Amino acid sequence: MNIHEYQAKELMTKFGVPVPKGKPAFSADEAYTVAQQLGVSKFVVKAQIHAGGRGKGGGVKLVNTPEEVKEVASKMIGMTLVTHQTGPEGKLVKKVYIEEAGAIAKELYLGMIIDRTSKQIVVMASTEGGMEIEEVAAKTPEKIIKEFIDPVAGIQDFYGRKIAYKLGLTGDLVGKFAKFVKALYRMFLELDCSLVEINPLVLTRDNNIFALDAKINFDDNALFRHKDIEALRDVDEEDAKELDAKSHGLSYVSLNGNIGCMVNGAGLAMSTMDIIKFYGGEPANFLDVGGGASKEQVTHAFKIILSDDKVQGILVNIFGGIMKCDVIAAGVIAAAKEVNLSVPLVVRLEGTNVELGKKMLDESGLNLITATGMADAAEKVVKAVRGEL
Amino acid sequence: MSILVNKNTRVIVQGITGKDGMFHTLQCRDYGTKIVGGVTPGKGGSNVEGIPVFNTVAEAVAATKPNASMIFVPPPFAADAIMEAADAGIELVVCITEGIPTLDMLKVSAYLKGKKTRLIGPNCPGVITPGEAKLGIMPARIHKPGTIGIISRSGTLTYEAVYQLTLLGLGQSTAIGIGGDPIIGTNFIDALEAFNNDPKTEAIIMMGEIGGTAEDDAAQYIKKYVKKPVVAFIAGQTAPKGKRMGHAGAIITGGKTTAQDKIETLESVGIKVSRSPAEIGQTMYDLLKQVKARKKKPAAVKAKMKAKAKKPAAKKAKKR
Repeated sequence: MNIHEYQAKELMTKFGVPVPKGKPAFSADEAYTVAQQLGVSKFVVKAQIHAGGRGKGGGVKLVNTPEEVKEVASKMIGMTLVTHQTGPEGKLVKKVYIEEAGAIAKELYLGMIIDRTSKQIVVMASTEGGMEIEEVAAKTPEKIIKEFIDPVAGIQDFYGRKIAYKLGLTGDLVGKFAKFVKALYRMFLELDCSLVEINPLVLTRDNNIFALDAKINFDDNALFRHKDIEALRDVDEEDAKELDAKSHGLSYVSLNGNIGCMVNGAGLAMSTMDIIKFYGGEPANFLDVGGGASKEQVTHAFKIILSDDKVQGILVNIFGGIMKCDVIAAGVIAAAKEVNLSVPLVVRLEGTNVELGKKMLDESGLNLITATGMADAAEKVVKAVRGEL
Repeated sequence: MSILVNKNTRVIVQGITGKDGMFHTLQCRDYGTKIVGGVTPGKGGSNVEGIPVFNTVAEAVAATKPNASMIFVPPPFAADAIMEAADAGIELVVCITEGIPTLDMLKVSAYLKGKKTRLIGPNCPGVITPGEAKLGIMPARIHKPGTIGIISRSGTLTYEAVYQLTLLGLGQSTAIGIGGDPIIGTNFIDALEAFNNDPKTEAIIMMGEIGGTAEDDAAQYIKKYVKKPVVAFIAGQTAPKGKRMGHAGAIITGGKTTAQDKIETLESVGIKVSRSPAEIGQTMYDLLKQVKARKKKPAAVKAKMKAKAKKPAAKKAKKR
């Protein structure tokens, strides 16, 4: 799960991670009030959307007075911001963050992720702050400093000092940096983060350290023990169909093609998308109905697929282990009748209770195409969508 | 002719009294797995269809002498269950549970360091040695005893590959689902090493997916140590960047974690990669045929093998 910059900064403040003075605003008038309250001489107004690259798209503006803050905010709120991460359709800005603009001496990068290979949290830092860090890692890997944190001892001061000296920090900045890393690590652990990225982390001319931008991702598997974090979810920033699927225990990701897929198991679901492409088609979605879906869940999954106007054909690919084929068949039949199915439907069933499932589909009177094996199924659905079947 | 589990493996089930735990315990027992006990805190002294239930793993160990545990405990309590099994000295722990917080698994892996316990999973279908023992949720009837070892990050995709092999007449020595989470116990390399050392495993299928670099590490290991034929498949060739594809671990986060990157790495070390998920079995079949043809054998044996090899192919043609 992702959150906004202003939410991330509120959380960081709670954990003692220094951030510049700032507050969110949901209207131009509120922005004006917020700017007056901040009582500083230079302001940054930042559009709050779940995407990076806001500066280049006109979502970050530097101004001098509360009046200017109001003017910029009135333009920003309601605009559609397009960045390299939003896709061409962009994202509607509904709120802004107003922040003190400090005198920046240097920009650094600081990130924390879970390293799968070492099974440890790794702290990454670089002098190339403000840059796309993956690019830095690819072009100049020597500029990325990594420290692997012992999971038993946890974060110790020496980790922070080691990184600080490698970054070229001196004097009391070293201690401040170590403290910063420690606070951030504590937040990472306590909130079950999967990624924290401070880019840039800034050193000011008066020798202070601030997180100027912040990106926090949370482990979806741990949200059950963080109701306060779950409450930060901004449904405007997420795909409505994906949320709807999630609330029914389904895993759905929308894509750009025209062939809807319903599959059990993530690996098989991805492979089904792949094989559709292999035969020249384009998948409209990823949809994993999971291991033990009920008839109702299957029916709902079907409705979600069909609510996508792009869908011109559907492929159901089920390899029943826990999932029984007759349950899938019952769900498909119920859904097809309920929504008055008008696009071609190809069904491939295999595994537990496959004979019963096939029989139910045969006797349902539905106009569907059955397939044997994944290749046959993919070929048939691609042809059906093209009107060749 | 197997790794990890066989007909002598003695199994306890943690979470045996839950709906899924009970169902699959009985399925495994029906398959012939020696289920000797179960654990559910607070339900010690009861039984599940004759299988004794204990309050703690330690009690179950004392009473039933198991060497493996299968875990169906819900995600908030699963990490605790794994550590309890390790604490009791269980050698093999297969954790089926999906949805364990990643930081819990960091604790588990730190805890397991230096202990003799091998963890498979979590978020996996389990392990099966066809004809001998099943510790997991896979449909039993698609398997067939044989000599192909299978390692996979995904459940149903494993079934797909197994079934393709079985239809072609190729049986499996052992099939392991290592799990779709970012932090797992047994990785590709551990499983590759075990199959490489197993004299009865003739060839290996490795099924990976987007996210992480486990497949690249495996590719380097195969290049260096594995002398047996390997066929690979990578799921997620059409997955978009930054979207979690069901599995917590299946997300392209930048770097070399796309399917294309992985396929290139695998092919660069000479591994045969099946581009289509429907051709995994056939790719293995063809590769084995090539390998056998390359080995110089007396003409009579060669002819005999040829006749044998033709049979399943013909069967397959008819099916289509």
